Amino acid sequence: MTAIYKRELRSYFTSMTGYVYAASVTLFVGIYFMIMNLKMGYPYFASALSGAVTILIFAVPVLTMRSMAEERHAKTDQLLITAPVSVTAIVTGKFFAMLTVYAVPMLISCLCPIVIGMLGTGSFIIDYSAIFMFMFLGALFIAAGMFISSLTDSQVIAAVCTMGLLLIFMLWDTIISYIPKTPAASAAGFSLISILAALAVYKACRGKIAAIVIAAAGTVTSICLAIFAGEWFSEALFWFLSALSVYEPIANFTNYFVFDIGGIIYYAVTACVFVFLTIQSVQRRRLV
Amino acid sequence: MIEVQNLVKKYGSHIAVNDLSFTVEKGQIYGFLGPNGAGKTTTMNIITGYTGMTRGHVTVDGIDITKNPTESKRRIGYLPETPPLYMDMTPFEYLSFAAELKKIPEELAPQSAEEAMELTGITEVKNRLIKNLSKGYRQRVGLAQAILGFPPVIILDEPTVGLDPKQILEVRSLIKSLAGDHTVILSSHILSEVREICDRIMIINHGKLAYSGTPAELERNMRSSCVELIIKSGELNAVTAVLSKVPGVERAEAALLPEGTISAAVYPKDSGSDIREAVFSVCCKEKLPVLKMDFAGMSLEQIFLKLTSDGDVEEEQCDDSHI
Repeated sequence: MTAIYKRELRSYFTSMTGYVYAASVTLFVGIYFMIMNLKMGYPYFASALSGAVTILIFAVPVLTMRSMAEERHAKTDQLLITAPVSVTAIVTGKFFAMLTVYAVPMLISCLCPIVIGMLGTGSFIIDYSAIFMFMFLGALFIAAGMFISSLTDSQVIAAVCTMGLLLIFMLWDTIISYIPKTPAASAAGFSLISILAALAVYKACRGKIAAIVIAAAGTVTSICLAIFAGEWFSEALFWFLSALSVYEPIANFTNYFVFDIGGIIYYAVTACVFVFLTIQSVQRRRLV
Repeated sequence: MIEVQNLVKKYGSHIAVNDLSFTVEKGQIYGFLGPNGAGKTTTMNIITGYTGMTRGHVTVDGIDITKNPTESKRRIGYLPETPPLYMDMTPFEYLSFAAELKKIPEELAPQSAEEAMELTGITEVKNRLIKNLSKGYRQRVGLAQAILGFPPVIILDEPTVGLDPKQILEVRSLIKSLAGDHTVILSSHILSEVREICDRIMIINHGKLAYSGTPAELERNMRSSCVELIIKSGELNAVTAVLSKVPGVERAEAALLPEGTISAAVYPKDSGSDIREAVFSVCCKEKLPVLKMDFAGMSLEQIFLKLTSDGDVEEEQCDDSHI
């Protein structure tokens, strides 16, 4: 893993990618910092960072697009896969290399709370916790981008799809607020989710019976709930989907200074799921 | 060293490798021959663990590649069809990275990289970026990566593609020098190359093993019983008539060569019989001076075509070049 980590990190900084990424994120965080903290006199750097989420939607895909796609395109994956290293080591090596590049502008922004402290009263705990939380959010974004990059050998497609996915993450709360809050809509939504889960199970392990059981159980349960517990069930789909919100924990923190441990765990777990999916995607390509 | 048993690889409904079985002995050089799409690269990719198999068993040095892939990969150096090079690295950096990947101990890594560069003749470009190197150099960087650390098994997919004639000779002698300590499998379209370097030839067609043997054996087995001879002088029709009357001969053909000698081909009634002695004694009696006589051997090219084109190359072709 260390060999791949070192090579990846080196390659980010022998090409322009690493510098462009670090520079653009630093620039935009700096602009938010200047406007919100220095000009408007707002004492929390965390608020400036919340504006920087937007730049991550465009910057992280640039970081992740080549990770897996370029290896396949240049056929260098043959070297990695035929070497005595596991796919897990290859993928985690790349993941941590990207996370390190991601950390560079975050480290630079660690100076901002100090500047605030020099000019007035700094809230170091809040500001550094925000940067800490942003590392987890970045881990999630990077893992998602890496997964998408592993599905294609075109960097452009990887970048565009990653941007799309990250944009959906950000717009999630707005999108789901349009979900009708009726028992029928909840039943339909949960049935669809269970059918998708069943399809995933079938694709992953060819378990026909398991897939049918999951799809049937999900559908039947949600229809029964819609009939017998209509009142309570009508908002269930909305609750469920809003619990998946990526933006909410970070927004809670930057707006209300709620240090959401559950949110951090959610970021970490989702990042792990995407890393796992990337490993599976590479393995599967080998076998098909 | 390598055992492949009933290997099957399907891509959807297309069967790339169809029930292929063979054994590779230690310390020998094996040549994989076959037309495009015969399954050579797929087979190599499976042995090296790049591609999974649909069915079958492959063991490298007694290690099952599906049960213990890390250990089996450690024993193999692989040069794929397209050398897997990082364009933003120099050959030395690339080989150091490859050494780390291959788990060559840190203190030995620089030395192995130097050695591999020395053998493949890339020392003078070791500090230039790979993207600025010519195709021949890139190919040799790939080769250096394959022999790095001298793994017991070295698999090379068309190692001499893109090299100039001098480099081809150098690479061939390098591969030859690897035999003994290392088992080498190489694929090639160039038959003369395979004949020259390889101890054994495996011809693959439609994902199946069409032939396996030494180059000499192959040529001997595929030899036709037709006898070719060159006669110093004589009258064309008379020569044909005389040769046709040799006992056991079905028919004979003769043609005048530009320098005045006569080239003749004699076909026995039953293929497999040796009629050289009978032909010789008749020629002696008729005072036809024989300058040269031999079986019309098939060249490797013809054997290859015969084995891979489902047997529609007939014996008749054996002496076309002389008549």
